[in-house]
Amino acid sequence: MGSYVPTTAAEREQMLSKIGVESMEELYAAVPREMLLQDGLDLPAGLSELEVRERMTALAEKNRVFRTVLRGAGSYRHFIPAVVKSVTSREELVTCYTPYQAEISQGVLQGTFEFQTMICELTGMDVANASHYDGATAAAETIPMCKDRKRTVAYVSAATNPQVIEVMKTYCFASNTELHVVPAKDGRTDAEALKAALGADAACFYLQQPNFFGQIEDAALLGEIAHAAGAKFVMGVNPIACALLPTPRELGADIAVGDGQPLGLDTAFGGPYLGFMATTGALMRKLPGRIVGQTKDVDGKTGYVLTLSAREQHIRREKASSNICSNQALCAFTAGVYLAAMGEAGMKQCARLCISKAHYLAAGLEKIGCRLKYSGEFFHEFVTETACPDCRRRILDALAEKDILGGAEVDGGILWCVTELVSKEKLDETIATVKEVLHA
Amino acid sequence: MKLIFEQGAEGHCLHLLPACDVPEYQLSAERTAPLHLPHVSENELTRHYTALCRQIHGVNDGFYPLGSCTMKYNPKIDEEMASLPGFTKLHPLQPEETAQGALEALHILGTELGEVFGMDAVTFQPAAGAHGEFTGVLLIKAYHTDRGDTARTKIIVPDSAHGTNPATAAMCGYQVVNIASNDKGGVDLDALRAAVGPDTAGLMLTNPNTVGLFDPNILEITKIVHNAGGLCYYDGANLNAVMGVVRPGDMGFDCIHSNLHKTFATPHGGGGPGAGAVGCKAFLRKYMPGPLVVEQSGKFGFEYPEKSIGRVKLFYGNFTVCVKALTYVCTLGKEGISEAAKNAVLNANYMMACLKEKFDMAYDGPCMHEFVMSLTRLHHETGVSALDIAKGMLDFDLHPPTMYFPLIVHEALMVEPCETESKQLMDEVCGIYCRLYDMAYTDPGALHTAPHTTPVRRLDEVGAARNPVLRYRFEA
Repeated sequence: MGSYVPTTAAEREQMLSKIGVESMEELYAAVPREMLLQDGLDLPAGLSELEVRERMTALAEKNRVFRTVLRGAGSYRHFIPAVVKSVTSREELVTCYTPYQAEISQGVLQGTFEFQTMICELTGMDVANASHYDGATAAAETIPMCKDRKRTVAYVSAATNPQVIEVMKTYCFASNTELHVVPAKDGRTDAEALKAALGADAACFYLQQPNFFGQIEDAALLGEIAHAAGAKFVMGVNPIACALLPTPRELGADIAVGDGQPLGLDTAFGGPYLGFMATTGALMRKLPGRIVGQTKDVDGKTGYVLTLSAREQHIRREKASSNICSNQALCAFTAGVYLAAMGEAGMKQCARLCISKAHYLAAGLEKIGCRLKYSGEFFHEFVTETACPDCRRRILDALAEKDILGGAEVDGGILWCVTELVSKEKLDETIATVKEVLHA
Repeated sequence: MKLIFEQGAEGHCLHLLPACDVPEYQLSAERTAPLHLPHVSENELTRHYTALCRQIHGVNDGFYPLGSCTMKYNPKIDEEMASLPGFTKLHPLQPEETAQGALEALHILGTELGEVFGMDAVTFQPAAGAHGEFTGVLLIKAYHTDRGDTARTKIIVPDSAHGTNPATAAMCGYQVVNIASNDKGGVDLDALRAAVGPDTAGLMLTNPNTVGLFDPNILEITKIVHNAGGLCYYDGANLNAVMGVVRPGDMGFDCIHSNLHKTFATPHGGGGPGAGAVGCKAFLRKYMPGPLVVEQSGKFGFEYPEKSIGRVKLFYGNFTVCVKALTYVCTLGKEGISEAAKNAVLNANYMMACLKEKFDMAYDGPCMHEFVMSLTRLHHETGVSALDIAKGMLDFDLHPPTMYFPLIVHEALMVEPCETESKQLMDEVCGIYCRLYDMAYTDPGALHTAPHTTPVRRLDEVGAARNPVLRYRFEA
C-alpha cells in the first residue's frame, strides 16, 4: 500500500505545528461532523506494486488479442512506427498540463502548431484546432458552428457511423436542435432525398467520407446540394483515406472533421482517440477548443501561444463557443509524429495498401459466392451480404479459430476492413476459411 | 526552433511499409492537391522531438502547483499497466466474451469510484471534465424532461465557478443564473434562496470551492435546491481534498463528475487525454449514456439504460486512462485514498502558513487542498502584478500557480501543491516565493521583464490573436 506521500510522521508534526493545529482532523473543521466517513471507505486495502502488477496483468490476460483484425467500423488497427511510441512516451510530454505558461511550454505548443498544419494539409482546409475528444464529438460540435437565428436544423447522412449519429443526437438533445437523418440508397447518401429534405432553415449537412459502409460518396454533388439550400457542408473524413481521395476543400466542404485514431493510436478498446476539426478562414472564430498561434516574444524571437481564446469558456463563460477545456493533446502530438514519420510517400503508400488489399479480399470473397451488398467504389471497408445471422456467426467463429477477428455485423451483412497490416497470405486464409463455411 | 517542415530535405524518409503484395487498385478520381508533410530521416525526426521535449515543463521536471488542476505525481506503474498489449490491442467491437478483462476493469473501477463518490452508478464515456459536466447536466435535463417538467429552464452557478460550468449549462440549453459568493467565498444562502424557484433545473457546485474552502452550509445548500425541485451537480475538480473523508453523495448531490487526470493521478499529456467519470444516484441511472458495464453471474457485458440520454462519445470512453486510474486506486486502497486527501490538505495549509507572513491570503484558513493569494496590495505598492510574480518564478524553474482565477479574487495566485510533494521542496519553493515578493520592492523592473532564462520570453498574445498565424505556409 502506498499513496505516493513522502511525508514522515515527524515532518507531519512539524507542519501541523507551523499551521497551528493539533491534528489533521482539525483541518477538516468546516466539514459537518455527521457527514464525515466514520469507518472510511468500503474498499479493499491498498496493494504493493508487485501485487498491483499481478492483478492488472491478470485482467489484461483475460482479454483476447487477435493476431489479425479485419474489423474497422470506426476503430482501425494500423501499423505504428517505433518512433511514435518512443517520442510520445517521454515524461515531459506525458506529464505536463495545458500550456498556459507559454515560456516553458514551447515544445507542446510548437508540436500542436505542427499538428494543426498537417491536418490542414490532409484536409486542404485553412485552419485546424488543437483537437477534440474524438471524431464523433468533433462532428457534433460542428452543428453550433453552422447554426444562426434563421438556420437551426441540422442534417446527417444515414450512411454515417451510427455511433456518430447517436452522439450528434445527444448534443442536439442538449441544445434543443432538430437533427434529421437523410436516407441512403444502395449504401450511399440519397442525393434526391437530400435535395427534398433541405429547407430554408437548414444549417448544415454532415457527410461521412468514405461512409460507414466504406463507400465513396459523390461528395461534390452532395456539397453542391447543401450549398444550393444555403446550408454549410460538413465532411467527416478518414485521415488515411485523405492521402488518396480528393480533399474536403476540393469537394466544397466548409468544415472537415474526423477521428485521428488511425494516425498512430492503438485501437485500445475504444480510446483515447483524437477528434480533429478544420475549417475555412471564414469560420475560424467559430471553432471550439484550443488553437495554437505563432507570434514573437519581446526580443523578436518566434514562439507559440494558445490564441483566439475569446471563444473559450474560461473567458466567455456561458457565451463560449463550447465548454471544452481539456482535449486530446497527447493524441494530437502522437498523430503529428506519425505523419512526420510517414511523410507524403508513406501516407500514400499506406492508403494504397489499404485500398488494394481491401479490393483483393472483396474480389476473393465474391469469387467464392459472397455478394457485395453495395455497388459503388469503396476505400478499405466493404459489406458482404450474409442475411442469415447464423451464417454470419459461423463465418466469424471459424475465422476466430484461426486467430482472425472477422468483419463487424451490420444489418444484413458483414462490414470488412483491411489495412496494410494484413498480408496476402492472411487474406487468402480468410477467403479459404469463409469458403469452407459456405460450402459446408 | 525550426519547425519539422524546415528540417531534413526532399527525399529524406523512414522505411516503414512493405511493397504491395496484391494488385494495386486505383480509384476513378484521386487526390490532386499537394500533400506537404515533413521530409525527415528517423534520426532527424527523433532529434526534433527530443528538442521540443526539452522545452516542456512536466510534473517530472519539478514543482507544479497549478491550482484547480491537481498536478500530482503520475506513478510509472500506471503507465506500464495501461500499455499492456492485452489492453492496447483490443478492438472496441470485438465480442464481449473476448474482452472480459477490459470489462471487468471498468466494472471494478466503476464500483470503487462509486464508493468514493457516494454514488450508485458510474460511466466512463466522457473524455474530460467538461465532457463529464455536459453528461451530468444532461442527466438532470433528461430527468426533468421525463417527468414532463419542462418549465425548469435555469441552472444556478456561483460566480466563483470554473468557466466550464456556465458554458456547460448553456450548451445544455439552459439559462445560467450566476449568484454571488458570500464574504467567506461560499454560497450566499440568501442569494440562493432568492434564485431558486419552479424554473430551477439544478445547481452546479464545486466543493471544496474554487477558493479552496469547504462550504460548511453544504447540506443546507443542497436542501434548498431540492426543495425547489432542482437537482444538484457536483463538479469534482476539487475531489482530491476530500476523497475518503467525506462523499459528494452524502453532501446531497445527485450526480458528479471526477477528473481522473486530476484526482486519480493519470497524466495530463499537455491538455489531454483525460477522463471525466460521471457518477449518479440510483434514480438517475436509467438516463446514463449507454452502454454501461454490468455483471451477471461472473460474466461482464454491456447494457443500454432504459431512458439513456444516448452516447456522448464513441465506444466506452478513454479506456486506457481508466486502466491507469484503476491501477492507482488498487495501489492506494481504503487507507491510501484518504491519506492522499489529508496530505494534500496538510501540504496546502503548510504552504499557506509559510507564505502568509508576506503574502495576503484571499480568505482565512484553514484551507482545503489549495489556497488563493491576492496580490492586490503588492501590486498597488510596487506595480508588480500577479503575472509578474508568476513569470519571475519561471526563472527559478518553477511552474507558477494558476493566475487570475477565481475571477472573484483580484490579482489572484491559486496554489495547489498536492500530497506528493515533500516538506523540503515546499520549504525551498516558499523561500523563492518570498524572495520574489521582496524583489517586487527592491527590483520591480526585473520582474516586469521576467522571465529571462526561458527558451522564449514574454510572447505577444495580443498580436497572435489580432493577426492569427495558425499553420505553417509552404512555398507554392
